[in-house]
Amino acid sequence: MDLLRFITAGSVDDGKSTLIGRLLYDSKSIMIDQLEAIEKQSRNKEEGEIDLALLTDGLRAEREQGITIDVAYKYFSTPKRKFIIADAPGHIQYTRNMVTGASNADLAIILIDARNGVVEQTRRHSIITSLLNIPHVIVAINKMDMVNYSQDVYNNIVIDYSKVAQSLGLKDITYIPISALHGDNIVERSVRLDWYEGSSLLQFLEEVEVQRDIDLVNGRFPVQYVIRPQSDDLHDYRGYAGKIISGIYRKGDEVTIQPSGSRSTIKAIEIGGREVEEAYAPQSVVLHLNDDIDISRGDVIANNGRKPGSSQELEVLLCWMDNKPLVPGNKYLLQLNSRVVRAVVREIEYKLDVNTLQQEAYPQQAVLNDVIKVTIKTASPVPYDPYKTLRANGGAILIDETSHVTVGACMIQ
Amino acid sequence: MSAYRLDYLDQLESEAIHILREVAGQFERPALLFSGGKDSITLVHLALKAFRPGKFPFPLVHIDTGHNFQEALDFRDALVQELGEKLIVRKVEDTIRTKQLTEPRGKFASRNALQTYTLLDTIEEFKFDACIGGARRDEEKARAKERIFSVRDEFGQWDPKRQRPELWNTYNGRIHKGENVRVFPISNWTELDVWNYIRREQIALPSIYFAHERPVIEHEGQLVAVSEFIQLDDTDTVLTKKVRYRTVGDMTCTAAVESAAGNIDDIIREITATKTSERGETRIDDKVSEAAMEDRKKNGYF
Ligand SMILES: Nc1nc2c(ncn2[C@@H]2O[C@H](COP(=O)(O)OP(=O)(O)O)[C@@H](O)[C@H]2O)c(=O)[nH]1
Repeated sequence: MDLLRFITAGSVDDGKSTLIGRLLYDSKSIMIDQLEAIEKQSRNKEEGEIDLALLTDGLRAEREQGITIDVAYKYFSTPKRKFIIADAPGHIQYTRNMVTGASNADLAIILIDARNGVVEQTRRHSIITSLLNIPHVIVAINKMDMVNYSQDVYNNIVIDYSKVAQSLGLKDITYIPISALHGDNIVERSVRLDWYEGSSLLQFLEEVEVQRDIDLVNGRFPVQYVIRPQSDDLHDYRGYAGKIISGIYRKGDEVTIQPSGSRSTIKAIEIGGREVEEAYAPQSVVLHLNDDIDISRGDVIANNGRKPGSSQELEVLLCWMDNKPLVPGNKYLLQLNSRVVRAVVREIEYKLDVNTLQQEAYPQQAVLNDVIKVTIKTASPVPYDPYKTLRANGGAILIDETSHVTVGACMIQ
Repeated sequence: MSAYRLDYLDQLESEAIHILREVAGQFERPALLFSGGKDSITLVHLALKAFRPGKFPFPLVHIDTGHNFQEALDFRDALVQELGEKLIVRKVEDTIRTKQLTEPRGKFASRNALQTYTLLDTIEEFKFDACIGGARRDEEKARAKERIFSVRDEFGQWDPKRQRPELWNTYNGRIHKGENVRVFPISNWTELDVWNYIRREQIALPSIYFAHERPVIEHEGQLVAVSEFIQLDDTDTVLTKKVRYRTVGDMTCTAAVESAAGNIDDIIREITATKTSERGETRIDDKVSEAAMEDRKKNGYF
């Protein structure tokens, strides 16, 4: 049994909440008391059957406004997999929320209302999916019951969406016609959609191969913490604690420490106090090296694969997430995994329209939810990989030095 | 290929260890809030994996309501002894006295709400900048939206509207003086994940998690242990039943479930079959209102 993280995206009323509710309900992940609570609310709202969408409504402020405004995480599992859903709804803050939810996702479900087909929002969700480099995409064409389960409607939407996908270079797209409300093609293949030959949504989620999305060749190990007991019996113990974010590390392997560039070999690898011959992403381990080198939090121990870039000038696509606008020239902190460095955002090269992909050259500033291309100058070198090549070492956050708030998400180019 | 595939429990474990080490790397004075329940016992187990053979870079902190199960206290002391780690205990009783707080009255007078005062005082006393807790997002709707690094102001308050976006596996623990961060390493675990992990790792638990005979009264469909902390009415009938606990909180606000499950396999079988959430089944104070949890969180409750 393994783990799949996915995000759901759709415009308001496309049926996202209903779909999530349906998955939780049909996989029996909803408890009786939770069901009772939503049944009560459903009655309050004077709707006949229980409103599955209520399961995913979170905070009271949101319930009062009748909308969801933040990323919520939901869990369900089947005998094959544990699933983590990042439910990233919202209106104005949508880009920020979806970027947040998408950052960890292995897969995106993009919902389309069969009656409306591909709309501006669909393009936007697809652009964000592509920016965040989510490896797998399901296009779920929902409310098929409202178009008489028509194959033609479905086919036309597939043709339309293929153009969007092609223009964005999205790979691995799977189309599934569904009715979230009635459960068609959610768990079981539906007889009302017998012209459709693929898997049901859940079947697909259970079977999609995500392991190969992890790069097992080019190893990156950001050091988080140095374990030095300094007790009499462990006087010389010096272990580098961290999580392998890509690659395989073996005892005896040659490694390079970035950004210093010094080299050593692996003396020992421990997992939870037990010595092992090899370890791989995404395991949390302790590495011991044969040479006494000065290594501290924020350094990256790389294996013999491709070398990470090391630069004080990063070209990034930046999603701005703060209410205060970004002013070029301002100083921030840039955090990439465990490394934090001072950074200055240079001139904004262009702003990307997330609905059309059009570029507006040299805007004065960037505001909440803008996606822009900038150069970031850092006070010391940052070992990185291009986001498109190695997601785990190419996504960084910007932090406001005075408010301490996370203000931006950087995809390093 | 399949040789390099991690089981879901290994993935959850690795994520939790990563988070614990981020705490060690980012904060000067962290603490692990230890309640004696299975979630915080699991955290201790994860901390062993994260930091041994070194010492924990934080003490364990227990906010003692004085209404604990004796079994849980004994377990706590034995565990700390075995680990050789530092334990700090602060008592709600003392806060009530020094701050002249009013004890709630009633049948199940719970000190749950007063715990917040003691916790905030303790944070101030030791200048803790991060408090690690065992809360999970599957517990409750409000939790489902909370970050893994959750910033609290000096009143311990959580403001859902001002949450920081949390991207990739990058955690921003920067705070202003007086603020602190609550950190939840097992956010992404469900109750069943925790039990499966406990089984796999053979983690020891206090005996009250397993079926045992206990005098109880029935209250609105829930079984509450008879103890010096609750008031019995004439109408109450004391029954001796075979019960176990799904969560371990105060004796005044934690209900037992009738069960014959004497070991972890039996418990997992029962949980897989039950269709009532952990919180719904065992928290007496939560039924009051749907927003109960959210209100308490905003007020600095863990
Ligand atoms: N007929 C039909 N209605 C649906 C379907 N899915 C969702 N709905 C309805 O569409 C409305 C919006 O759904 P909701 O899940 O709240 O949308 P969200 O805004 O995307 O979360 C609700 O009234 C749902 O009952 C479907 O497959 N068929």
